[in-house]
Amino acid sequence: MDPIISIRNLSKTYATGLEALRNVDLDIDRGEIFALLGPNGAGKTTLIGIVCGIVNATAGTVSVDGFDIVRDYRKTRARIGLVPQELTTDAFESVLHTVTFSRGLFGKPADPAHIERVLRALSLWDKRDARIMTLSGGMKRRLLIAKALAHEPDILFLDEPTAGVDVSLRQDMWNLVRRMRETGVTIILTTHYIEEAEDMADRIGIINGGRLILVEDKASLMLKLGRKRLVLHLAEPLDAVPPALAAYDLQLGAGGCELIYTYDTRKERTGITALLNDIREAGIGFRDLHTTQSSLEDIFVDLVKRSQ
Amino acid sequence: MNIRAIWAIYKFEMARTWRTLMQSIISPVLSTSLYFVVFGAAIGSRIAEIEGVAYGAFIVPGLMMMSLLTQSVSNASFGIYFPRFTGTIYEILSAPISFFEIVLGYVGAAATKSILLGLIILATASVIVPLEIRHPVWMMGFLVLTAVTFSLLGFIIGIWADGFEQLQIVPLLVITPLAFLGGSFYSLDMLPPLWQRISLFNPVVYLISGFRWSFSEVSDVSVGVSVAMTMGFLGLCLTVIWWIFRTGYRLKS
Ligand SMILES: Nc1ncnc2c1ncn2[C@@H]1O[C@H](COP(=O)(O)OP(=O)(O)OP(=O)(O)O)[C@@H](O)[C@H]1O
Ligand SMILES: [Mg+2]
Repeated sequence: MDPIISIRNLSKTYATGLEALRNVDLDIDRGEIFALLGPNGAGKTTLIGIVCGIVNATAGTVSVDGFDIVRDYRKTRARIGLVPQELTTDAFESVLHTVTFSRGLFGKPADPAHIERVLRALSLWDKRDARIMTLSGGMKRRLLIAKALAHEPDILFLDEPTAGVDVSLRQDMWNLVRRMRETGVTIILTTHYIEEAEDMADRIGIINGGRLILVEDKASLMLKLGRKRLVLHLAEPLDAVPPALAAYDLQLGAGGCELIYTYDTRKERTGITALLNDIREAGIGFRDLHTTQSSLEDIFVDLVKRSQ
Repeated sequence: MNIRAIWAIYKFEMARTWRTLMQSIISPVLSTSLYFVVFGAAIGSRIAEIEGVAYGAFIVPGLMMMSLLTQSVSNASFGIYFPRFTGTIYEILSAPISFFEIVLGYVGAAATKSILLGLIILATASVIVPLEIRHPVWMMGFLVLTAVTFSLLGFIIGIWADGFEQLQIVPLLVITPLAFLGGSFYSLDMLPPLWQRISLFNPVVYLISGFRWSFSEVSDVSVGVSVAMTMGFLGLCLTVIWWIFRTGYRLKS
């Protein structure tokens, strides 16, 4: 299936000279939940802004459902709903009024039943006549989601949707996102919470300094996560892995002072007992041992460091 | 054409008018009535008439024009500046709507507001002084054209402005003085020859003159020139707007 969003060679240099995006290539699949991770200032919001029409790209192209975002902006924007990172609302409007406005702005005929469904799903129906300035921060966040859903988009961008939202609301929000995905909506979200990406996403992209440094299925990332390393600190350094241990996937580290074994914790047999037996039989002595597990956090920090 | 979107913006802006009724309608009406009391009743009683028109009736078109200009500019500039200021402009920019349609929505609402206002002032004035409108169609024509042109100007200011002060500066320092010096309260014939000539550089002179002609057929410059100048100014504003939207000036980074 062709991707619903296709980003090619996208670059953005702001008027200040700052290069916020450098040659980004990214395809988003239909119906997936894609999480964009990256430190502050990485370029996440800029990327979303370009796809939604708020920021002009300096170079590169973006197509949405086969349509170019510049030439066919009406078609592409009508398919997209955006929940911005900042809580920007019209303080004096009522909840119902502002959500109804959003639907009209996107060219859809009035549909009070749909608006009611959206507001109920976000627990805002009771607040429909309240002025926005009387809402709490978390309610405003949900209001922005309601506005983005008012025109029934096929693609939903959530720019840090859970910032400032309490735990139970966060759960509700993710349930809503999952339900949306079940109805076929493609969801792209940014977050600083790695567990959220882990919980929610089908695929994860990591961006840093305007460069997309990794895009991977969550499943294969989790595979890396499920791997553990056993490090043996040897009594005598080795020049090479002894032939007797060739059956194991071993590496030498620290100039031959460490023997490193990588294994999958989720397998029934990790092979550790056999390895240790064979090591003793090969006459190799070790002073100490420890195991390490890489979390998504480690992978993330490691990648970000290396890309700098 | 995304008619629903234009309509949504238009309704949204008009709703703001009703919500801020005091500011939008009542205060200009009040200040116009005060002008009437001061210029029409107090001073006007000493000036019998100008070119055969009673002074009270003579100043009505000028007063309407003055409110129309300042209100069009401030309504339209505020209308677009506010979403820029709060950040809600993101939604307008991400909507499947052309810049032309955005302008139609915002400028249409601002112009509607000031046309309503002009008509309310007219009604107020007709209670105070006997009025005659010789060319009602031309009168409405000038009213609409001026409201649209100056709402466009206001829209431009609202996009250019970087703070609320700048929003105030143009109506306060440019429009109001030009309107005062543009013959709201006098005929150019009453000025010394040098000032008459200088006044011809004031675009508002042409607006007021044409507008007054539609009331009483009294004018400082010929109606044709008035219409041409108004259209010229409209064209200028449209050009600037076209350029703003082509470049995304102050709207998109
Ligand atoms: N309008 C602008 N003008 C100039 N520079 C900008 C502008 N907007 C963003 N930037 C810069 O571009 C870079 C990327 O910003 P962006 O908002 O895309 O980051 P982000 O990944 O969303 O960060 P965060 O996690 O903090 O939201 C930053 O260095 C930022 O300072
Ligand atoms: Mg951001």
